[in-house]
Amino acid sequence: MSQSAPPRRALTAKRRRLYLLLAAGLTLAGAAALILNAFQDSLVFFLTPTELKAKAPPRERVIRIGGLVEEGSVRKAEGGLQVRFAITDLTNRVEVTYRGILPDLFREGQGVVAQGQMDADGVFAAKEVLAKHDETYMPKEVADALKKSGQWKPGQKGASGAKDGKAGAP
Amino acid sequence: MIRVATYLPLAVAAILAVVFFWALSGDRDPSRVPSPFIDKPAPALDLAALDGGPRLTKAAFAGRVSILNVFASWCLPCLAEHPFLMALAKDGKAQVFGLNYKDKPEDAKAWLAEHGNPFTRIGTDRNGRAGIEWGVYGVPETFLIGPDGRIRHKVVGPITNDQLKQLRRMIGDLGK
Amino acid sequence: MIVEAGHFALILAFVFACIQIVVPLIGARRGDDALMDAGRMAALGQFAFILAAFLSLTHAFIVSDFSVAAVAANSHSAKPLLYKISGVWGNHEGSMVLWVLILALFGGAVAGLGNNLPPSLRARVLSVQGMIGAGFLAFILLTSNPFFRVNPAPVDGSGLNPILQDPGLAFHPPFLYLGYVGFSIAFSFAIAALIEGRVDAAWARWVRPWTLAAWCALTLGIALGSWWAYYELGWGGFWFWDPVENASFMPWLAGTALLHSAIVVEKRGALKSWTILLAILTFLLSLMGTFLVRSGVLTSVHAFANDPERGLFILGLLLVATVGGLGLYAMRAPTLKTGGLFAPISREGGLVLNNLLLGTGCATVLIGTLYPLVLDAFGGGKVSVGVPYFTLTFVPLMVPLLVVMGIGPLLAWKRGDLPGVLMRLRAAAMVTGIACLATILLNDGPAFAILGVTLAVWLIMGALTELADRIRLFRGPLSASLSRLIHLPRSAIAMTTAHAAMGITVLGITGSTAWQTERILIMSQGDTTEVAGYALTLEKVAQVPGPNYTAERATLQVAAGGRTITTLYPEKRRFTNPPQITTEAAIRTTLMADLYAVLGDRQEPGAGGQGKAGWTVRIYHNPLVPWIWIGTVIMVLGGLVSLTDRRHRVGAPARAQAPGRPRTA
Repeated sequence: MSQSAPPRRALTAKRRRLYLLLAAGLTLAGAAALILNAFQDSLVFFLTPTELKAKAPPRERVIRIGGLVEEGSVRKAEGGLQVRFAITDLTNRVEVTYRGILPDLFREGQGVVAQGQMDADGVFAAKEVLAKHDETYMPKEVADALKKSGQWKPGQKGASGAKDGKAGAP
Repeated sequence: MIRVATYLPLAVAAILAVVFFWALSGDRDPSRVPSPFIDKPAPALDLAALDGGPRLTKAAFAGRVSILNVFASWCLPCLAEHPFLMALAKDGKAQVFGLNYKDKPEDAKAWLAEHGNPFTRIGTDRNGRAGIEWGVYGVPETFLIGPDGRIRHKVVGPITNDQLKQLRRMIGDLGK
Repeated sequence: MIVEAGHFALILAFVFACIQIVVPLIGARRGDDALMDAGRMAALGQFAFILAAFLSLTHAFIVSDFSVAAVAANSHSAKPLLYKISGVWGNHEGSMVLWVLILALFGGAVAGLGNNLPPSLRARVLSVQGMIGAGFLAFILLTSNPFFRVNPAPVDGSGLNPILQDPGLAFHPPFLYLGYVGFSIAFSFAIAALIEGRVDAAWARWVRPWTLAAWCALTLGIALGSWWAYYELGWGGFWFWDPVENASFMPWLAGTALLHSAIVVEKRGALKSWTILLAILTFLLSLMGTFLVRSGVLTSVHAFANDPERGLFILGLLLVATVGGLGLYAMRAPTLKTGGLFAPISREGGLVLNNLLLGTGCATVLIGTLYPLVLDAFGGGKVSVGVPYFTLTFVPLMVPLLVVMGIGPLLAWKRGDLPGVLMRLRAAAMVTGIACLATILLNDGPAFAILGVTLAVWLIMGALTELADRIRLFRGPLSASLSRLIHLPRSAIAMTTAHAAMGITVLGITGSTAWQTERILIMSQGDTTEVAGYALTLEKVAQVPGPNYTAERATLQVAAGGRTITTLYPEKRRFTNPPQITTEAAIRTTLMADLYAVLGDRQEPGAGGQGKAGWTVRIYHNPLVPWIWIGTVIMVLGGLVSLTDRRHRVGAPARAQAPGRPRTA
């Protein structure tokens, strides 16, 4: 950009508008590049244990798994902070290990979302465990996941009515 | 050129509106989680009765249309749906059972004494184990069980007027 | 009785809102002063009745009238008075009443204090304000009546949600709403200007104090929310890029851009169309934030009641405001006379860059927040956009903004002299360079710490240089400089304060993210661990009864340099009715850093006798974290100082500048 004072008067309105458009274009292009770049590797896909089995995502990929903490599956490694439990969508299950403090609301049989990567043994190494619900709330993803695992077919005529759907044979 | 550009925000907003509308559609509504147990036999149930009488077991559902209502004295929505349960009990077309969820028996008894007791038998589930077996997400929830012992319908959250109508209709159908 | 009166007052307020829509609009069209004045009366009436309704609801909460459903569900007789009162807006119904109360307060303020506004503009502003009010009052009356009675009334309420009993959370919503709703005035001014087809310097001067007041409240609201998340959620973090947080951050970004672009309209008569658009978008983003939070379409760590029916209603309101606002904009904006093109290197050039970067930043946050929803809508699967996305997009965009923030205020209007300004900034540049070098030498964290510190110091020094320049510090007797300082326009002091405060906040964010130490371990009684030079010893964990919970309380002795300096008592509280567990972090703060301890689960010794029994303990050392909130509070103070500037004061008598005549470039 020109900095010398005298020729400034010569700057036509058109030229000045061009600067403005140029600055706007550059900023927007920069932002678009940043967003595309960020989407490339920081998007975290949410999978149910069943989808995990079907898709088998690459090991380095960070994913989220949601479902219920399987009853009786929670084991704490001896003397350590290591916790092992299974997440189930009532159709498939996946073993999860986690190191750290579990959230206050983490309980067997309740909804949970874990973020992390699969390790070589097919165990999910969680970096983060989210259990967020109270007695009358359920994480949306988990609710959806359970819907799926129940092989819920909306619109099927049944005693339960259209809205609540009806589960088919497993 | 500028004229067209001024419509751009509106166009973006229109797309977002469509997405928001979709997001709100009943299909995604988390409060309508269908039970994976629907049309399956009722899960195991064996609970001490609140009044010290015979235990509440699956056997109680055999041969008649039954309703199992998950409730607690600390839950306000339960109070909201209470009159509807009283009404269902009065209909006499289905037996109404209670599952007292994570509650102190004395609190539950006092609550029922005050607001009326629609239940033929109440099982106590102090630690919520039975609730897990039954896939209970929260209180209140209401299960409708057919004479064959299969779960036919589940209401998540308090029973509303519409749901009462639906329950009555389904009880009628199942009772035939 | 009082409850029914409150309900009735709400209905009357709705009637007044309807009058407020129609009458002044007709009055403005016909130029009828009486009709336009009736609009003012209606606005004041609407405010009075909503206030009455709010007070009657507050009364019901204070006396614990459990026959009112909202009270029974959200209050409890054993609550302390403060939380009974905060319970009024701690639930959906009551918070909507607070929302319309603030809306009516702003409308009433325009009616009562807006004597300097041209009558037709004021009338149209009030009319638009009435439309928003009527929409939300209808929403309350039809879907979320706070005065709904339950029969029979429960013996006691069920609302003892322990997490919500907290001073930070008690005042977080009112401030957030003051901000959200305050932007409605900017929206109304923008719509009124589009109807009138005129935007000039006077318009910008009128709209600015209202926007500034809303901005201050929103800044404080966001700061309170993040402070609460920091000390209550027990994760040691202060900002999680959670949808609910983003919902309040987007209007803040747009509002900040609006504050700056309004200056360009005022001083140079340029950026008119853009400023109008920003004013509309800022409020629409506020509405969208409300929609996102209330309808629960996005998953958030801050669970809120989800109700699709209510969501649909808010979506409807949002849609009407969007179609009305942006539609009118699309039709009328091309007719606005554009004026004052300008050179890229100038104060206004800097402000344009500010707007570009803030606007783009806001867009990246919007995309990151809504992308999961959009992808899901088009069947692309479920994703979550996490913190990395925002660090990779939003943060880089803020880097040039902070650089320009140091230079821009020194540039002259119309045409700036960049080399001259850089010369004047050489002292600031030197200090920044030293800070940068010192950070490089001392930094034991990631490299971005160097960038963060450098930018923050640059920003603070730039702001101070600008102030020193203005008062000719060190270029004459100190007394002369002091007298200049006293006579500076308040808005100039405000700008320096706010910009420097931003630097302090940036330092706090940098320090606490780059140099945070986290240690998770299992401690038995008597164990000692070291974190950031502190030795923490677990003395005991005891059961402590609370009023409605029992707590496991750990006693952690903290020693530094062999001397015990403090004791931390992190707790884990178990509530019985309703069953809930909360974590109470223990925080010891020096102004330079926080030592933050959280008590986790009890660990049983492993089978076979290996391992040890103990408690999971999490300890954080967060350097500079208090500066985040110190900075935001100073920023808000800066905004308040600006509000006291004579030219900006709400209700200040019309000044020399004749309204309606733009100052020509």
